[in-house]
Amino acid sequence: MTAYLKIDHVDKIFNRGSATTEVLKDITLTVNKGEYVSIIGHSGCGKSTLLNIVAGLTPATQGGILLEDREVNEPGPDRAVVFQNHSLLPWLTVYDNVRLAVDKVFSGLKSREERHAWTMHNLDLVQMGHARDKRPSEISGGMKQRVGIARALAMEPKVLLLDEPFGALDALTRAHLQDSVMALQQKLGNTVLMITHDVDEAVLLSDRIVMMTNGPSARIGEVLDVTLPRPRKRLEMAANPVYLKCRQRVLEFLYERHRFVEAA
Amino acid sequence: MNMPLLKTEPQIAAPAPAIAEVLRFDPVKPGYFKAKILPRLGAVAANLLPPLVMLALILAVWQILCMKPGATLPSPTKIWSEAYDLIVDPFFVAGPQDIGLGWRVLTSLQRVAIGYGLAGVIGIMLGTIIGQSVWAMRGLDPIFQVLRTISPLAWLPISLAAFRDSQPSAIFVIFITSVWPIIINTAVGIRNIPQDYRNVAAVLRLNHLEFFWKIMIPSAAPYIFTGLRIGIGLSWLAIVAAEMLTGGVGIGFFIWDAWNSSRLSDIVVALVYIGIVGFILDRIVAFVATIVTRGTAAN
Ligand SMILES: Nc1ncnc2c1ncn2[C@@H]1O[C@H](COP(=O)(O)OP(=O)(O)O)[C@@H](O)[C@H]1O
Ligand SMILES: [Mg+2]
Repeated sequence: MTAYLKIDHVDKIFNRGSATTEVLKDITLTVNKGEYVSIIGHSGCGKSTLLNIVAGLTPATQGGILLEDREVNEPGPDRAVVFQNHSLLPWLTVYDNVRLAVDKVFSGLKSREERHAWTMHNLDLVQMGHARDKRPSEISGGMKQRVGIARALAMEPKVLLLDEPFGALDALTRAHLQDSVMALQQKLGNTVLMITHDVDEAVLLSDRIVMMTNGPSARIGEVLDVTLPRPRKRLEMAANPVYLKCRQRVLEFLYERHRFVEAA
Repeated sequence: MNMPLLKTEPQIAAPAPAIAEVLRFDPVKPGYFKAKILPRLGAVAANLLPPLVMLALILAVWQILCMKPGATLPSPTKIWSEAYDLIVDPFFVAGPQDIGLGWRVLTSLQRVAIGYGLAGVIGIMLGTIIGQSVWAMRGLDPIFQVLRTISPLAWLPISLAAFRDSQPSAIFVIFITSVWPIIINTAVGIRNIPQDYRNVAAVLRLNHLEFFWKIMIPSAAPYIFTGLRIGIGLSWLAIVAAEMLTGGVGIGFFIWDAWNSSRLSDIVVALVYIGIVGFILDRIVAFVATIVTRGTAAN
């Protein structure tokens, strides 16, 4: 299989006044079509920066992003992002938040009725059809994140970019939403690039885990294939030797070889 | 959101008599009037009564202070008898210059509508442009902060010199008094658009126009309305100054005219009109703000 998404020798240097920080150093990664890849690393190592470069929201200092062999350096709906803090527009209802994306992406391609149906279809996919007329302030954090996912899915992106999508949720809601995302990806076959700092989440959801070293000048330290068959059941994993071994590998990487050194 | 409220009200009202019966506080089952109208009347009274009592007190003190033979200002009873026709009938017409204060207020409101309307449109446009640029913001904000403190009266000569005609000068005075807070607040609102919303717009590839209408304006709306609310107060403040220029039938000119012919009672009545209309204008803008910005503030 050829690379669907390719992160090609990306460096990122931030200039703030006279101070320059090299955040990312020579990151090269390929993601295949339909693959679920997680990027894990300690807080502040540059994961969000890398995802924003792929999304086109931040320019790379060196190197570039190839999607289906074409360079992309601007944001677009082909790389839909689910942000950590949901980023729903608070003055729009749940429906209108998704509809805004649908109207924009399918303006010339679908009729009014089709766009309505497609909006509802995506809300139903994440089980949020019942809350279509609510505003973001009226629904829970997990529900907001579901709507954020619906909005991203509704764009029919080539790659779905998730920046710690479950980070702000309580453990139960998080587990529930992880299962939903896993089922959706199974059903729709999306290509997903997800950022996380949660080891269990990475192992449970991913086909491949990319481990980043600590910044500054973070690079890819190790890549681990998770060969667990799908569909994966959360409860069965607790005793699954492959699962435990993967988990062990990631933990060793993060907490022995690249222990997070507190700056303060 | 109104529907469920209406539905639950009878349910809340229903258990009350049951409890009352059990506790034997009120053996008579309260009727509709007692259960629903009375509490509401109570709430209205609680809001209305204190200001009314205070008003009566102030009027009484005023009456006592101004009853002496040598008093320079008219007492409330004197005003009542001298300006009786102005107080009881706002909309009489007895001659070209002898009309009710209601008509005068309407003429003034027309002027304010033009001046304030211009200030709103231009203020929001300028604020939007300035808010986009850090340097425009840094350079212009101190200048605006100085300009906004200038009194409407001080703008009069400048405005007359520039326009050489009273009508546009009056509107300009209203405009120039109220435009600064609208510009400043809009610019701050635009500056404070969260990066998240900009990212969403970027991923969706919204064009400039879509970004303006779908992200900028709603996101900055609470700030814009703060500016608009300060602005309506200021433009109503400017009306007396503006109408010193125009003459005619406005409420501002009425005061100027009454002063020149020593009709102090009429001035007091006009001041009450101005105060009440200003209060209503403020409430209208505040009401529109709560409707337009619902859901924007809370996230
Ligand atoms: N716009 C920016 N300007 C300067 N430094 C930045 C900027 N954005 C992020 N950084 C720095 O880059 C590093 C990585 O940040 P980030 O990608 O958010 O980390 P992570 O998502 O892994 O927690 C941090 O040290 C942060 O301070
Ligand atoms: Mg991050």
